[in-house]
Amino acid sequence: MTALDRKLFRDFRRLWAQAFAIALVLACGVAILLTTFGTYLSLEETRSAYYERNRFADVFADANRAPRWLMQEIREISGVRAADARISKFAVLDVPGQDETVTARILSLPDDGTLHLNLPVLRTGRMPAPGSDHEVAVNQPFAKANNLRPGDTFTANLNGHQRSLTLTGTLLSPEFIYTIGPGAMMPDNETFGILWMPQTAVAAAFDMDGAFNNVTLKLGRNANINDVIDRLDTLLDPYGGLGAYGRDTQISNSFIDSELEQQRTGAMILPPIFYAISAFLVSMVIGRIIALERSEIGLLKAIGYSNVEICVHYLLLAGLIAVVGTLIGWAAGTWLARALARLYAQFFDFPYLIYNLSYTAYALSGVLAIASAALGAARSALKAARLPPAVAMAPPAPPRFKRTLLDRMLTALRLSQPVMMILRSLMRWPVRSGFTALGLALAVAVLVASGFFTSALDELVSTTFDRSNRQDAILMFEPDIPETALAAVTNLPGVMRAEGQQFQSAVLRHGHLEKDAAIEARRPGADLARIIATDGRVVDPPAHGLLLSRRLAAQLAVQPGDRIEVEFLGGVNETHVVPVAGIVTQYVGLGAYMDIETLSHMLRQAPQISVANLKVDTQALPELHRVLKETPNLSGLIMTDKMQRSFEATIRENVVIMTTIYLSVAVLITIGVAYNGARIQLSERARELASLRILGFSRGEVSFILVGETMLLALLAQPLGWLLGGGIAAALAHGSTSDLYEIPLVLEPAGFALASLVVLAAALMSSLIVRRRLDRMDLVQVMKTRE
Amino acid sequence: MQAVFRTQGLSKVYDTGELKVRALDDVDLELYAGELAVLLGPSGSGKSTLLNILGGLDHATSGRVWFRDLELTSLNDRRLTLYRRDHVGFVFQFYNLVASLTARENVQLVTDVAPNPMPAAEALAQVGLEHRLDHFPAEMSGGEQQRVAIARAIAKRPEVLLCDEPTGALDSKTGVQVLEVLRDVNDRLGTSTAVITHNAAIRKMAHRVVYFLDGRIDRIEENATRIAPSQIKW
Repeated sequence: MTALDRKLFRDFRRLWAQAFAIALVLACGVAILLTTFGTYLSLEETRSAYYERNRFADVFADANRAPRWLMQEIREISGVRAADARISKFAVLDVPGQDETVTARILSLPDDGTLHLNLPVLRTGRMPAPGSDHEVAVNQPFAKANNLRPGDTFTANLNGHQRSLTLTGTLLSPEFIYTIGPGAMMPDNETFGILWMPQTAVAAAFDMDGAFNNVTLKLGRNANINDVIDRLDTLLDPYGGLGAYGRDTQISNSFIDSELEQQRTGAMILPPIFYAISAFLVSMVIGRIIALERSEIGLLKAIGYSNVEICVHYLLLAGLIAVVGTLIGWAAGTWLARALARLYAQFFDFPYLIYNLSYTAYALSGVLAIASAALGAARSALKAARLPPAVAMAPPAPPRFKRTLLDRMLTALRLSQPVMMILRSLMRWPVRSGFTALGLALAVAVLVASGFFTSALDELVSTTFDRSNRQDAILMFEPDIPETALAAVTNLPGVMRAEGQQFQSAVLRHGHLEKDAAIEARRPGADLARIIATDGRVVDPPAHGLLLSRRLAAQLAVQPGDRIEVEFLGGVNETHVVPVAGIVTQYVGLGAYMDIETLSHMLRQAPQISVANLKVDTQALPELHRVLKETPNLSGLIMTDKMQRSFEATIRENVVIMTTIYLSVAVLITIGVAYNGARIQLSERARELASLRILGFSRGEVSFILVGETMLLALLAQPLGWLLGGGIAAALAHGSTSDLYEIPLVLEPAGFALASLVVLAAALMSSLIVRRRLDRMDLVQVMKTRE
Repeated sequence: MQAVFRTQGLSKVYDTGELKVRALDDVDLELYAGELAVLLGPSGSGKSTLLNILGGLDHATSGRVWFRDLELTSLNDRRLTLYRRDHVGFVFQFYNLVASLTARENVQLVTDVAPNPMPAAEALAQVGLEHRLDHFPAEMSGGEQQRVAIARAIAKRPEVLLCDEPTGALDSKTGVQVLEVLRDVNDRLGTSTAVITHNAAIRKMAHRVVYFLDGRIDRIEENATRIAPSQIKW
């Protein structure tokens, strides 16, 4: 090791507190980038490997009932490489030991056993024997949640007939990585499952001989997916086609897409902040070291070290900080990513683990850390390299303070000398003061952005559950039932009130924009599932016209008063032009609302309902479940209260984790910026401050100058921090918004106040730590040393 | 006698924008191989500026400088760095030791890059510090620190030793010890040595004394008899 290297390591050890403070900030950037980007990559890779290996379909379509021979024509659509026809139905199950009503989606397995697409992975047991009329396989999470093992039996209500089914095996499928029942907000593996059953048995039970109602397609590499979807729609239209769609709107896939998008947003928004702050801190610290080592630099040059060697020496010092930061960041990031993977395991059902972070993520986060440290050090290191040796050996000229207009104004205020010292120093180094304030502002911003999640969740829960969906339970029917049957529903045990809603699949068009949507129709005055207008009022759809949720209206670029084309799907296949009557707030789903009389009139049928919203006497719940288990046509049951609880519990847990991370991160930024700022100030001002002490200033008065400057900058940073925080929150809200849900941008005064308090407290703490050094300063020694 | 340094019409003007300071004004001077020259003069008389230019630390505004046959005034920064690395040893008033390195390591700074250095321990032994090898600058007296600086300067076996106020920060007793080391190096190794000082007492140990005044050479004296540093007092 050369002597210069030894100097490097000793300098690093001497500066450890400052270097460590910077390394921690850098580590935050590395950890978050590693977690978000690494998780993004591994989730994406795991998913695409799974899709590839198990031949996940590209196009999906449902219809009411299409003849089998139509498959010939579907397979001949240009670009289609493979196609599977299936029967997909819903059934109510009676699972031993499960009091609640369980619903399942039944999918048919071809009799000849040749499944081409969406190949399930057998986890335990075996597949049902082709041709068997009582054997089924279920998705593994459902079996686990209900304690079902191969060989167990349970009862299913298939189209009104009670049948005993035997479980032969458990499966996972690329179609159901995220398994969510119709109408549910969260996966609930206890009460919703997927059943695979031989085709003959399904066809017999649901009267679908020679017919199918679900088709999935795999496309060739060069196929145009839109052409295929158009052609498939045309073929299925006569048979009640409900609109074909691609992977982007396949439920399971789009939930993963939205998770991927969130990770991507996370990787793009936060890490750059940390890298930038670290670069600034490195530049501040290395700049100061170089100022202090002026004469040593002159000496090294005098001895014959070249400019490059000196430049590299200081870059290496920054590099060491980056290496420490990167190592801490990698450790923290690996831990975080594993925690995230465990969280994913709760929601996403993959046949393999997604723990492995790719080397790319490690490399990228590390390279960026080193690059940002080097960038931060570059200016000072180059300055050191360019410093002419003769100039370096001479003591530096004292900093030039000038009397500016502002200065004269301050003088007129008759401020005390210490206050003048603080203000002059800020004005003398405006760039450094500005960056310090910016760094502290970013800490405030990070906290404001994290507080936003809690407020946003409160708003989302209060709008979605307390104000909008006030029903205790939702019954779903497949197919729709006449509205007149609502009377029978009201007569179910414990039901105090029942209201019906119809969901009608449709394509909404405005100009060249179009969107698949389910139009929700209801009677005016519906009280259990209410529509909330953007101004917070409860509204009903008008007699003629549609109410659109804000995101849907934005996607179609429509405003109240505009007219849109509505093409009904599912056998009706008529197009109507309907005015947009208003915009409503809806955070979950893309809603479009219509009066049920208007819709029935357009469809030329008596009012039908797809869903019944119930107000239930909780005492009678067990009895209600018992009756529902025997109700035909029931495709699903959602207990709203349970859904709200599981939704809140899950999201709150995430929010608590997020908030904790953000809080630690903001405190680390503040300490990194404030501590280094105060240390550098102390180093520059040591002689001045010592002189003041010798002149008779007390310790308190002298440390006021030191602490005062840091705190003044921290105060100045607040408004900017609030502004930036609002911006980051908006970016995060925007980045998290998808067709599935919207995160409302809610910013509460309390959130801003808390952010400011935390940052001011951390800044004060950091400068007080530096103050202790000031207290211990040896006055004589300081005065004797040559600056 | 052979000249190691030769200057011709050497001038240096510091331009601070508002003020032009003529630090060296048309200086012609020769320094000879193996001699110990003392450059004497008050503050601001130009002696440090001359030493910096001779040592390749600074550029002249006009005029020419040769180190033997090498014209320093024609060299770019990279070549000047090589020149310093290969030929020149420096000693400064404030020692300029690296605080985070021990005595031995401070000397190694030089031996790491010089083409034909002596071992660091040997250089320190030359200045009588063989027992202080692993002490940090903060653990040494001013005189000891200056001797480390001299050891560092001679470790590369330089052809010339340029000393800028080497005793300026020292009391008389330690200052004399340092001068003895310089004299010893000059005698034993034959290193051409130029010592800048404004301390007139030191002039008596030199072969020649060059008097500076206002950026010019006022006069040059040759000492018929040199006295030993131990006889110098101030």
